[in-house]
Amino acid sequence: MSLNQNILVKLKQAGFRINGKWLVKGVSLQIEKGKIVTLIGPNGSGKSTTAKIALGIYKKIDGEVEKYTNKVGYVPQKISIDWTLPLRVNDFMVLTENLKDEAINEALSLTGVIHLKDKNLGDLSGGEFQRVLLARAISKKPDLLVLDEPVQGVDFTGEIALYELIKKISDELNCGILLISHDLHTVMSATDHVVCLNGHVCCSGSPSDVAKNNEYKALFGEQASQTLTRYKHSHDHIHTSEGEIKKN
Amino acid sequence: MLDDFFIRALLAGLGIAFVTGPLGCFVIWRRLSYFGDTLAHSALLGVTLAYTLEFNIALSVFIISSLIALILIQLQKRTNLPGDALLGLLAHSSLAVGLVVIGFLTFIRFDIMGLLFGDILAVTADDLLIIWIGGPLMLLILKLIWKPLFASTVNYELAEAEGLNPDRAKAIFTILMAGIIAISIKMVGLLLITGMLIIPAAMARNISSSPQSMVICSVLGGLLSVILGLFTSLQFNTSSGPSIIAASLFLFILSLVKIKQSIKLKN
Repeated sequence: MSLNQNILVKLKQAGFRINGKWLVKGVSLQIEKGKIVTLIGPNGSGKSTTAKIALGIYKKIDGEVEKYTNKVGYVPQKISIDWTLPLRVNDFMVLTENLKDEAINEALSLTGVIHLKDKNLGDLSGGEFQRVLLARAISKKPDLLVLDEPVQGVDFTGEIALYELIKKISDELNCGILLISHDLHTVMSATDHVVCLNGHVCCSGSPSDVAKNNEYKALFGEQASQTLTRYKHSHDHIHTSEGEIKKN
Repeated sequence: MLDDFFIRALLAGLGIAFVTGPLGCFVIWRRLSYFGDTLAHSALLGVTLAYTLEFNIALSVFIISSLIALILIQLQKRTNLPGDALLGLLAHSSLAVGLVVIGFLTFIRFDIMGLLFGDILAVTADDLLIIWIGGPLMLLILKLIWKPLFASTVNYELAEAEGLNPDRAKAIFTILMAGIIAISIKMVGLLLITGMLIIPAAMARNISSSPQSMVICSVLGGLLSVILGLFTSLQFNTSSGPSIIAASLFLFILSLVKIKQSIKLKN
């Protein structure tokens, strides 16, 4: 075990290349129990690759990965399921672990798709499927949750509710979460630690530290100045639980 | 009416159907029908070697098929050829080498038709023993690797990320494929083994909505095909393999009719 019992995964100068081309290089980060680490960065900056290194999907890597848990829940960014398989939501929920019916129902209720339990997986819409994916990952009560854009395709109100759920899960299960998200607003409000990637770690730290970082500003300012404005905007008010806007 | 050889053939066929049922489902789900074909073609080489070295046929076929599977995995890693080209290369070259070796074995009278299409007369008490010990053993192994194998069939990265070791399950599954070909070659014949694997499973896919029900339907379909096929074979003096496969095709067509009906009901 590690000296720090709370560490779930630790990446030391980790990198991955295919045919000599680096997908990501020199990433060091650690995920601890009860903490949310978020990866941000432009397309192709190595976010998903970093997640897969942390998960042990990529084996021939540079650097080191130390993983201290096997109870992992994963929501991949892309999932291609062969629809020739007769697979209902219920079958999908027990894919990697046998669960009691109550645990399945609880997870499906939390993500709001309990009514789809007996439906064929191929008949779901993109957003519904995304909710099922998230339910499956949390149903096994993992130590480590890796969520690669978990709310893609989910409707706007659902998106907010699911991010709240993710925050709640992290507190209740005391699990570590590695989150990949494009929604900077969410990133800044719910995250303990932000790692900004651009093929390498461009900067990292608490959300407010990263926001002040010049490299971060350059990266997001150039590529998506709008996003940056939206982010800045997001700090002059807060949303109450009733959905009202309260000025700081 | 029921001669002793027929009872043996029936027992052998039923024993095989219990294993081809679930394995066939995985062959369909993982899109491995050409892989099955390749292993089955290589079985001819195994049979000829068994005759040459006076060795047990099932064991010899099992060893050669496993070897071909290993070579395939190596070729996939080391060449840039597409998978189907490699499968074709191995299937036809091992078949060709097998036939060439048969040409040299002039001192043995070969029943080529029996080898290619199965021969119920050929099933011995020893074969039954191999089928009824090997078969349940293979089912037990499949049950043990079911979770990682099925999870990685649905999505490899999910299975790998959540610690299920899909590579090991895949390797064991490959060995099971070699095993089923070894125990069913006498009965079904090497050209038709893949049919025995995929047709009952395809029939099952048409009428089931969950993986478990598909496996059960596939086993039942296989058992029924064996019974129907063998009685036809006895009645009309046809080869056992083609008769069983034709029976399974008949069941498959019936399952299509059922789909049509359910579509009508929905509308």
